[in-house]
Amino acid sequence: MKRNILEAAKVIRSKNAGPYELTFDIMFKNKEFYEMFKSQQIINRKQMAGVLKIDESDILNLVWFAPANAVKITIKRPISSGAPGETDIYGAQQHAPLLAIEF
Amino acid sequence: MSNNEEFRVLSPTAILGYGFPEASFMRGMARKPHLIGVDAGSTDPGPYYLGAGKSFTDRAFVKRDLRYMIREGVKNGIPVVVGTAGGSGAAPHLEWCRQIIVEIAKEEKLSFKMGVIASDVSKDAVKKALREGRISPLTCVPEATEQMIDETTYLVAQIGIEPIIEALKDGCDVVLAGRCYDPACFAALPVMKGYSEGLALHMGKILECAAIAATPGSGADCALGILKKDSFILEALSPKRKFTCESAAAHTLYEKSDPYHLPGPGGSINLDGCSFTDIGDGRVEVKGSVFEPTPKYLIKLEGARPIGYRSVSIAGTRDPIMIAGIEKILGEVKQQLKEMSPDEDRDKQLFFHVYGKNGVMGALEPLQNATSHELCIIIEALCPTQEQADTLCSVARSTLLHYGYEGRISTAGNLAFPFSPSDIKMGQVFEFSLYHLMDPAGEKLFTHRIETFKDGEILK
Repeated sequence: MKRNILEAAKVIRSKNAGPYELTFDIMFKNKEFYEMFKSQQIINRKQMAGVLKIDESDILNLVWFAPANAVKITIKRPISSGAPGETDIYGAQQHAPLLAIEF
Repeated sequence: MSNNEEFRVLSPTAILGYGFPEASFMRGMARKPHLIGVDAGSTDPGPYYLGAGKSFTDRAFVKRDLRYMIREGVKNGIPVVVGTAGGSGAAPHLEWCRQIIVEIAKEEKLSFKMGVIASDVSKDAVKKALREGRISPLTCVPEATEQMIDETTYLVAQIGIEPIIEALKDGCDVVLAGRCYDPACFAALPVMKGYSEGLALHMGKILECAAIAATPGSGADCALGILKKDSFILEALSPKRKFTCESAAAHTLYEKSDPYHLPGPGGSINLDGCSFTDIGDGRVEVKGSVFEPTPKYLIKLEGARPIGYRSVSIAGTRDPIMIAGIEKILGEVKQQLKEMSPDEDRDKQLFFHVYGKNGVMGALEPLQNATSHELCIIIEALCPTQEQADTLCSVARSTLLHYGYEGRISTAGNLAFPFSPSDIKMGQVFEFSLYHLMDPAGEKLFTHRIETFKDGEILK
């Protein structure tokens, strides 16, 4: 039986990391979930490219950060913040696809 | 610095002009801080504010926040350092913020010495550096060109702690800096006094967002940082909030691409060996942050250039047949507009933002077939002149309003407008043109000028 990520995570967010990158944070509820997701590599580059429907090469960085029980995924912004065609200047509302992750 | 003497830094608010409760600020003052620092800017609100030379924060509230800081700082002999004046830190932003301080000084009859540090970099210096191979783009940023530099309206560099230290050494009570590496306004004075650069900058990195890093977080409340020889302590200044290991560590992730290595002018903060410890009473102690200088002292340039003018029209539709076919309909409308002006590149000039479908995520929206029972459509025209943008917006609006799409049964009009006039001139539009590292090749780019106030008047 698959479980939704919200059983394991308490914060899921997106934000610009400068005007040319977009970064996603998943903070887990506790060390156990963090270790489980990390050791089983439930979050990985290939899987995140699928979740976000982007090329794997556009995933710039995926870092596990133990002090916050968190994993951070940084991607190339489709366009620089505020360029023609922009929909989200701050990049703060691009996280919704992550809410559907299952484990 | 002797033994383990504390250096306390009061950060009143996440961004100057966001406000803070007076009670929190006074609680911070009661802790007898050695420095009051505030970060006044960000690139988050987009390229317009830098490009146009305007502040994204409100003047009345910037003045309100600064009045507390400058009055209490000057009266108590506590240095006040403001970074990224006016939101973007270019010459007009710096002058905008300086004028506010001049008014406060006069109204409060204050006597103090102010150091003003401009962070603008001349286009000639940047073009010379480009020709000499001293400009490199940051991740995902296109290579710079001379044309891009020429088209840039305001070009700034993020200054580090060094120019601020020089102003403080000259006895400035208030330092007002242009574009500034966010932590620098908090770290300059303690580093000058001999505290660890890694700890001071990491503390600044957290304090620049004030109580956002506490829990519950707030961008409009104060935080206190207590720097010691081998650690720093974070403390909230409202009984409503506290710092936890998690809130402090979580903040270290915020808006960064790599939480272990935080680059800045001249080097980066390495957090590989960093620890967060809960020491009770809503306080967290942080240890192990190390500053690692880079072989060359590089600075980050930021610039924005104008790309045209924008007009928008806001409308809605509640028709289920139109909603079902919305993508096809908008495509056909765009096609009709292209045929009316074949010389124009309408793909780069006309955008439909369809809220209720994919207005927020655009091309990244994974749900392809979802629609609401009603949609908001924002028609956006982006053209070389305001007149052209107005024209395109108007024609796109009227075409969509009366477009006879396939299967239409509501033939009186396709759009509901909440406003008359329906079209809004948005003015000039900018995009980021420079987000590059520059090697100044040893040239000293940033200096301060001093202004002295006596009983509120500037001494000539």
